[in-house]
Amino acid sequence: MKLFTLSAGAMALTAGMSGAAFAQTELTMWYHGAGNEVESQIINQIVSDFNASQSDWSVTLESFPQAAYNDSVTAGALAGNLPDILDVDGPNMPNWAWSGYMQPLQIDEAKIANFLPGTKGIWDGKLYSIGLWDAAVALVTRQSIIDELGLRTPTLEQPWTQDEFMAALDAAKASGKYDFALDLGTAWTGEWFPYAFSPLLQSFGGDIIDRSSYKSAEGALNGDAANAWGNWWQGLFANGYAQATQDGADRDTGFNTGKYAFSWNGNWAALGTLAAYDDALFLPAPDLGNGPKIGAASWQFGVSASSEHPDGASAFIEFALQDKYLAAFSNGIGLIPATPAAAAMTENYKEGGPLHGFFALSQAQGVLRPVTPGYVVQAKVFEKAAADIANGADVADTLDAAVDEIEADIEKNGGYGH
Amino acid sequence: MATSSKLTSSNRAGWLFALPGFGLMVVFIILPFFFAIALSFTNQRLISPNPTEFVGMANYKSLLGVGMITLEPERDASGDIIRDDSGAPTYPKLRNFTRKNPDYPKLDGMREWTSWQSGENRTYVLARDVVFMRAVLNTLIFVLVVAPVQGGLALGLALLINQRLRGINVYRAIYFMPVVVSIVVVSLLWRFIYDGNNGLLNNILSSLTFGAFSPIDWLGNPDTALGSIIGMSIWQAVGFHMVIWLSGLQTISPTLYEAAEIEGSSKWQTFRYVTWPGLRNTAVLVLIVITMQAFALFSQIDVMTSGGPLDSTQTIVFQAVERGYGKQDISGGSTISVILFVIVLSISLIQRWLTRERR
Repeated sequence: MKLFTLSAGAMALTAGMSGAAFAQTELTMWYHGAGNEVESQIINQIVSDFNASQSDWSVTLESFPQAAYNDSVTAGALAGNLPDILDVDGPNMPNWAWSGYMQPLQIDEAKIANFLPGTKGIWDGKLYSIGLWDAAVALVTRQSIIDELGLRTPTLEQPWTQDEFMAALDAAKASGKYDFALDLGTAWTGEWFPYAFSPLLQSFGGDIIDRSSYKSAEGALNGDAANAWGNWWQGLFANGYAQATQDGADRDTGFNTGKYAFSWNGNWAALGTLAAYDDALFLPAPDLGNGPKIGAASWQFGVSASSEHPDGASAFIEFALQDKYLAAFSNGIGLIPATPAAAAMTENYKEGGPLHGFFALSQAQGVLRPVTPGYVVQAKVFEKAAADIANGADVADTLDAAVDEIEADIEKNGGYGH
Repeated sequence: MATSSKLTSSNRAGWLFALPGFGLMVVFIILPFFFAIALSFTNQRLISPNPTEFVGMANYKSLLGVGMITLEPERDASGDIIRDDSGAPTYPKLRNFTRKNPDYPKLDGMREWTSWQSGENRTYVLARDVVFMRAVLNTLIFVLVVAPVQGGLALGLALLINQRLRGINVYRAIYFMPVVVSIVVVSLLWRFIYDGNNGLLNNILSSLTFGAFSPIDWLGNPDTALGSIIGMSIWQAVGFHMVIWLSGLQTISPTLYEAAEIEGSSKWQTFRYVTWPGLRNTAVLVLIVITMQAFALFSQIDVMTSGGPLDSTQTIVFQAVERGYGKQDISGGSTISVILFVIVLSISLIQRWLTRERR
């Protein structure tokens, strides 16, 4: 906290000084990408381009390591020291908006009409944040594995059914060539669980919460569909298709070194897989009964509630939404660009590019995580339930307990403003 | 008595020197302590636009509530007990009684904590917050194992290195080294040692047994996870207590040992009647320090298991942090802290009483 006030003070100081020198109004901005050189370069480029493009505003950027970013924003909000421009992880946005850290963007909706649905952060009917990119998850495998196991190659129009998916896992397991048939990434604790696994629950017809009211999880997270998901999920581990506890190194390199036949992984890992296998395939999620689903929404930009110059902050965000910057982020760190025009400008996501499939996946199957301030808690409850079930806990009891915890939290928070 | 009158009389410089330290303690330890007590009676959130409300004992009730129910086995139409494949009688699902059953309003929202068989019937102990109960139980197990084992090992090491041998300082340094390394780093390293596939521990055990040992996922198995963390924690802090024992050993006058030698006492007699009585106060200190440190178990859990698998490594402090910050429920986290305070205080008082000087 001390350090924080100190740096905020230093920022205010530089703000005053350069403001006097250039007669531009100073805007401050926080970004989560400290430590990533390429990412820093791109965001710095956008900031300096913006500062040079007009004479009203001058943005100064401060970067935080991702692991400390959310805590810094919370601390900043409690101390009343937030910057003008924030970036926010998509599912956290409603919590921050409801808590009063953020204000709606002053950006014309028409400007973002062709953006991927997962990049738009809408809460309470208003646009609070907008992303320059999205992320998507695919079932990663190799053409040679598909051929060897004699499987049909699923398509976006005709994804695998649950039976086909399980038959594929069976075939991979029976071949005896892999340590495990499926790499789910259970080594990645935290947000990966709700991001990657709650769409599987939705594909069964369940959900973390009843989205019609956002006040109850009864029936959504412990109904028949959810119990079917839980039993299926537990079976993946109990029957030896996947590991409930996974070594971090296996997650990072296991598929690329042939330990797994299939890997449930995000687009950010795709470049490494392409380097390892020239016949890598990125397949759509299987349809587990209620349509194929994958998680949507990544980091997005928004304006803090305490900003005195929301017009300037929005002007910067609007400036950053140019296709060339979307493409730069995508080329630099492998993210899915938010618009088709930007996708066409990238090496990997253009028509015929090696990762083009992800763009289509994101467009067709992406489902937002529950858009509610309570998501922060619900994500943790879901993660624990999924991990416990994977480790052999009773499915119905675990889901009941998760429902109770989510509902108690909603009640404690007066319904989270829904 | 002389010192206390000196403290209260004119000693302005002394108080002035103490002021920064006292000030920091008041701001960072004493104030938060009273804050925690006050917040545990409210519904305070970490961040929320809703106003804070006084809720009385609700937080304590939802953490500590327990109940009990005895169920009769299910019977078919002819009155025979329905048995499952292994021959055990089957019972109605507990959720029929604990979820919105108007006949059992007191049990609403509770979950099974433990159960036992009594004749045909089965008795279930239910808890409103099973995870917290597991955390309390795990913490107690941790303390009960770590306090005697770590204290004993540390004493053994201290006796070993309390000799005038060449190079003994090297051993002192080696035993003390894990204490200096950050517990987070140690935990990360031990995660590799305990790895289920290619961990060092599994490799050593399988080469020692010529491959007869089948690898165990030490941290991924509910039966071994807590034990693994106990073992690693004992190893990590044993050097610290070794140094305290060592300082105790060195206050014992050498003339006592000489006298014992002249009397012809054996090594064990020397330890029993010279060394151990001389270590009395050190022993009390070590015991209380280990107990308090063990109750604060957090970093290892956070880095190595996050409380899993299946709550087998949940601990009180981990739950306090998880709820207070992770789930933004400051009142819940505060309540856990207050409960922990009461537990540690009462155990320390009992220890003081048990180890008091008997006249």
